[in-house]
Amino acid sequence: MIRIEARPQPSAVMAYATPVLAVVLTMIFGGILFAVLGKDPLQAIATIFWEPIFGEFAFFYRPQLLIKGAPLVLIAIGLALGFRAGIWNIGAEGQYIVGAICGAGAGLAFFPTESVLIFPFMVLAGALGGWAWAMIPAVLKVKFGTNEILVSLMLVYVAEQLLASMSLGLLKNPEGFGFPGSRNLQQYPSAHNAEIIAGTGMHWGVVAALIAVIFAYVLLTRHRLGFAIRVTGEAPRAAKFGGVNPGRLVLFCLGMSGLLAGLAGMFEVAGPSGQISIDFNVGYGFTAIIVAFLGRLNPLGIVAAGLLMALTYIGGDIAQSQLGLPAAAIQVFQGMLLFFLLALDVLTNYRVRVGRAEVA
Amino acid sequence: MGSGTDMDLSAINPILLIAAMIAAATPILLAAIGELVVERAGVLNLGVEGMMITGAVCGFIIAVNTGSPTVGFIAAAVGGAVLSLLFAFLTQVALANQVASGLALTLFGLGLSSLMGQSYVGIKPPRAEATPLGPLADIPVIGPIIFGHDLMVYLGLGIVAATWAVLKFTRMGLVLRAVGENHDAAHALGYKVKRIRTLAILFGGACAGLGGAYISLIRVPQWTEGMTAGVGWIALALVVFASWKPWRVLLGAYLFGGITQLQLNLQGAGVAIPVEYLAMSPYVVTIIVLVILSADKSRAPGSLGRTFHASG
Repeated sequence: MIRIEARPQPSAVMAYATPVLAVVLTMIFGGILFAVLGKDPLQAIATIFWEPIFGEFAFFYRPQLLIKGAPLVLIAIGLALGFRAGIWNIGAEGQYIVGAICGAGAGLAFFPTESVLIFPFMVLAGALGGWAWAMIPAVLKVKFGTNEILVSLMLVYVAEQLLASMSLGLLKNPEGFGFPGSRNLQQYPSAHNAEIIAGTGMHWGVVAALIAVIFAYVLLTRHRLGFAIRVTGEAPRAAKFGGVNPGRLVLFCLGMSGLLAGLAGMFEVAGPSGQISIDFNVGYGFTAIIVAFLGRLNPLGIVAAGLLMALTYIGGDIAQSQLGLPAAAIQVFQGMLLFFLLALDVLTNYRVRVGRAEVA
Repeated sequence: MGSGTDMDLSAINPILLIAAMIAAATPILLAAIGELVVERAGVLNLGVEGMMITGAVCGFIIAVNTGSPTVGFIAAAVGGAVLSLLFAFLTQVALANQVASGLALTLFGLGLSSLMGQSYVGIKPPRAEATPLGPLADIPVIGPIIFGHDLMVYLGLGIVAATWAVLKFTRMGLVLRAVGENHDAAHALGYKVKRIRTLAILFGGACAGLGGAYISLIRVPQWTEGMTAGVGWIALALVVFASWKPWRVLLGAYLFGGITQLQLNLQGAGVAIPVEYLAMSPYVVTIIVLVILSADKSRAPGSLGRTFHASG
């Protein structure tokens, strides 16, 4: 008879071991999936995890790790703050889009003026846009008790429509021969989020992500507010008696995650992507949820998880072009990872016992 | 259809509009009534969107290969239920957080469905026949509105009625509600909390699958990636809107189906509002309705979203 028994304390060993175990299991089952799709599983796994870092063209792919990892980490850090307190912002994708629209709009408003002030202004606009979009579910939750999960998610679809409207209307490139999409910000020096050191993938979004990681780490371990977040997540009633104002916590956590997601969108549109277009968003806001959990809602863990997830994106692209592995297979692969992680988490809080239960 | 950019509201036939609204409501209705049962058992499954899209692709593939929409719908229900089994395993066996597990289910389902449906893009599925109700469908006005639908519309209504009756009048319904209101008390009375919840989750998955297949086989009818476009999430909101009552789910589904259909017709009629803003409307309305109704939380099942683990 197998049964599970609550541990008096969550296991520290298991807390570190489960993400690693989840990755290993995902590789095994992912390999099976690739085999079912008619690809050599070992070759596919090697292409995804080895090729980008150590392969022949690693010099080209390594910078991509930072470019793809930065938005994931930036968004996941914000999400993790809320998730820790039991505040579920799952609309980061929408906040990312609105941040990009506001950031790009702020820059394009000055086109073709050149000034060093334009880029900082765009950063501010992007952050504010994402923040404001997240404040909708936050304020509705605090004022009316509306479920933030549903509202933030609904706003993703609204933001997607807004994106379509902007790339066909207000922000459309007047010299774009009628094609949808804005001017390319990469060709507008004052607004371009260029690499700080050429060829490294290091752009201002990466810097922002690092700052966010340090900020979140200090907040959670050293600051009263971080303590309030942790207590609220683990024992909401105790937190209330301890004087935590739940409304203000909701406003802070949702606002912060919106702000960071907005920044991620802004850095993306001004840099790697370059323009506002209908298909500008590629799902970073949703993948960041996996990153946050894979990193155990811990800032340092999120950095590792973000890089790993970026690796699957890059490796997935390579596998797509070299082996003909469908893009959706990588999406399934990422989803699998979250499944294994959640399933294995039981080992952190419970222990598995074999044998008959004693009669109390 | 409006000609050019001129607005032509007279192109909207009110009888056909109402009939189309009922059809538009059906996927939301099916998914929401399934989720209602799950939530009444005390489980919050945020994977509705993932189960719907999986049902949509399973139903489509099987219907195309067998030539039978009916077999397709059965496959869709099975597909949705199988996916929901993953959620049941995570939340009932591995005792994982329900919110996170539901999200995982949606992300996984979206990926899996686009993988499965790759070679089915651009294919037409076999047509579902209208229900043979004979002369009833020929009655003016009422005929097309009430009697002119495919079987799934009536099946959806039937599931709502059955759910209402089972929850209200049967022992099974009483046990289900007890498990949802207070799982510790239900466990102390000797009810198998996890088994009951797992069955409820499977039912929810099957209903969501049916709802998804209704979109891919009848509403659109075609397969495109991510084609459920948030209907699963609207269904989740609808359960809150309905205060966990089956008949109010029906009302809500017709309201949302109505808005979805109306904005489509307005797009077709060339109203001076940009298409994107019309397309936003179902989501915005959902938010507004949630705000209006969230003052009353008293109807939520007592154990909703909480993990149950019998200690000792």
